[in-house]
Amino acid sequence: MAEVEDTLKRIEAREDVVGIIIVNLDGVYLRSTLDDALTAQYTKHLDRLTVMARSVVRNIDPEDDLTSLRLRIEKNDKHEIMRTTIW
Amino acid sequence: MDKGDGLDRGKKSKPSDQLKLTEAELKENITKVLNTHNPHAPQNIVRFNYKEGVYQRVSVDHTAILFEMESNIVYQDSEEGRRLMLKQGLIKGDVAATPVEDGGEVEEAEEEDRPDSVASKADKKGVKLGNFFHFTDRATQTLNNPPRQINCQTAPPPRSIFSATANQWQIYDAYCEELQKQEKQKATLLKKETDKSKKGVLVTETQVLFSISPLAKETKILERMVHQNTFDEIAQDFKYFEDPSDKFRGQEGTLLPLWTFQHEETRGLSVTALCWNSKYQDLFAVGMGSYDFCKQGRGMIVFYSLKNSSFPEYVFPTTSGVQCLDIHPQHFYLTVVGFYDGCVAVYNLKKKSLEPVCKGTPKTSLLTNPVWQVRWQNDDIDNNHNFFSVSADSRVVSWTLIKHELISTETIRLSVNGGLSNVPDDEQLVNISGGTSLDFHKQTDHLFLVGTEQGKIHKCSIHYSSKFLKTYNAHNSAVYTVKWNHFHPRVFISCSADWTVKIWDDTIKVPVFTFDLMSAIGDVAWAPYSSTIFAAVTIDGIVRVFDLSINKYEAICQQLVVAKKKTKLTHIEFNPVHPVIIVGDDQGLVSSFKLSPNLRKTPKVRKSPWHYHV
Repeated sequence: MAEVEDTLKRIEAREDVVGIIIVNLDGVYLRSTLDDALTAQYTKHLDRLTVMARSVVRNIDPEDDLTSLRLRIEKNDKHEIMRTTIW
Repeated sequence: MDKGDGLDRGKKSKPSDQLKLTEAELKENITKVLNTHNPHAPQNIVRFNYKEGVYQRVSVDHTAILFEMESNIVYQDSEEGRRLMLKQGLIKGDVAATPVEDGGEVEEAEEEDRPDSVASKADKKGVKLGNFFHFTDRATQTLNNPPRQINCQTAPPPRSIFSATANQWQIYDAYCEELQKQEKQKATLLKKETDKSKKGVLVTETQVLFSISPLAKETKILERMVHQNTFDEIAQDFKYFEDPSDKFRGQEGTLLPLWTFQHEETRGLSVTALCWNSKYQDLFAVGMGSYDFCKQGRGMIVFYSLKNSSFPEYVFPTTSGVQCLDIHPQHFYLTVVGFYDGCVAVYNLKKKSLEPVCKGTPKTSLLTNPVWQVRWQNDDIDNNHNFFSVSADSRVVSWTLIKHELISTETIRLSVNGGLSNVPDDEQLVNISGGTSLDFHKQTDHLFLVGTEQGKIHKCSIHYSSKFLKTYNAHNSAVYTVKWNHFHPRVFISCSADWTVKIWDDTIKVPVFTFDLMSAIGDVAWAPYSSTIFAAVTIDGIVRVFDLSINKYEAICQQLVVAKKKTKLTHIEFNPVHPVIIVGDDQGLVSSFKLSPNLRKTPKVRKSPWHYHV
């Protein structure tokens, strides 16, 4: 438990990390280092994308599953959103 | 002249496209048949029969009607015929007969406008016949029932909209669930037979607040992802960069700096041991301690992965400085560590605790005798792990790990004269010389080399505990490292405090090669991909890579790898698969470098035996 907390703190402390959001399966966010509105947006949109991505992976091989998803954005300073999920 | 008016003048003229037939074919009789079959009628019309629910063929009438005309001729004996004739007075019946003349007149008149005359005549005779035109309408109006409307409305059945997708994986999931249900049923059936007692106490489920501990693995991956992004260029270099300037550089090569590994808790400690993991080739272990006799204190064992250079994977703090460590080649989670205070310990990475699995202390020693080198050996007959250690109290000890306990057996005692261990201890003290390095032969695993503080190297075997197989007067001072070549069965390298690196063939008492590096040497290592390449690190911060197949006298790469001038390099190790080396220094920093292509040349297979040029 403590290691996880430590790791999260370390990730957050890096200069190039903007924020961390922890979301549960129902789409309710549990912990976030960003402000509410932004978190809600990210959660809502990413959730859909993740479900679809997972559907793609599993359709091809049902025994497979999605582990992580990375998105790179053009604008600003070339952000990247990373998402790992446990189903 | 031919007028071409179409008249046949007796000439038989054939048109150009007339079919040409042979005599036989001309005489052939062709039968032409006339039938009532209508060639234009469709033959295969089908209609769907709702009663029977099948498609049925409809037969089409082949009759073609060419001309149709309605006639007004009525058969005289039929009902209608008689009626008409009666009206006209042509028949004698119940009705009075009309005179023939009248009948004749009537007949004449009939032809013109029959109905009227008949009517008038009929009336005159007194017989009232039904008249087509003087008719009366008699109408009655019945009572119309007022129309009523009765409606009935029922409550609509409840409706809900249902939508779902049926993907491959949803079908698969459904099947899996079914399977599990069936298995559970089977299990409960079995259980019902055996389970008789029932618990009367209801167990309430405690509400578990969300805990993020199941996310451990995911956060780790996330950290590595972020790390990869931060050090993206380094990762790309590590994987793909091949220094193109090597072609122009002749034989020399360079070292490209990659990640540096540092942990705040290791401040003040220097790297005393490095070891790559054989299974996970991005994982390596660093032993931290101190070479300084005065500054002995705590130590650490830190495991880093190349995938995350900012934070170690595992950290084990220890009470005493670590002097050496080795990771088991087959059981990659076992690490044996030798300490400055003479203890050895085995750590199991699979266990979560920070404590070693077992710790062993040497039996007799009042002095602190640091363990300079430990090496795993193959499991013995009972599948117990065992390893060897060499320490400054001049003993090579074999340790066996039996059920969380370490049992030590002394293998050999190092003494100046290469003698026996039966001599009593106090006499022995004069003659012993501490061992400083140990290495097992790569192919024959009972054979090993021990380097001593005196500068001698002994070749020994596990089976002979009292005598050395061979002794080499290697150096003038302590031998820091001795290592067998990975490929050649007889070659080994040694480096010592007398600033030299020597290469030996074990059948020859004199070194084959000697390199004087002008500076105190920390460590040497053979490259795992070539039998002629080795690297050495010195306290002036320079890494030297030698390739004996290219240049026998000089290093093909000499590079300063540390920023601060005072940093001394202490250890070097080649990665088993990637062209990467890690170098440890006395500030506790481990740097990794990529070897440029010139340093990675694998030698061609030689047909002739190794020639020695001294």
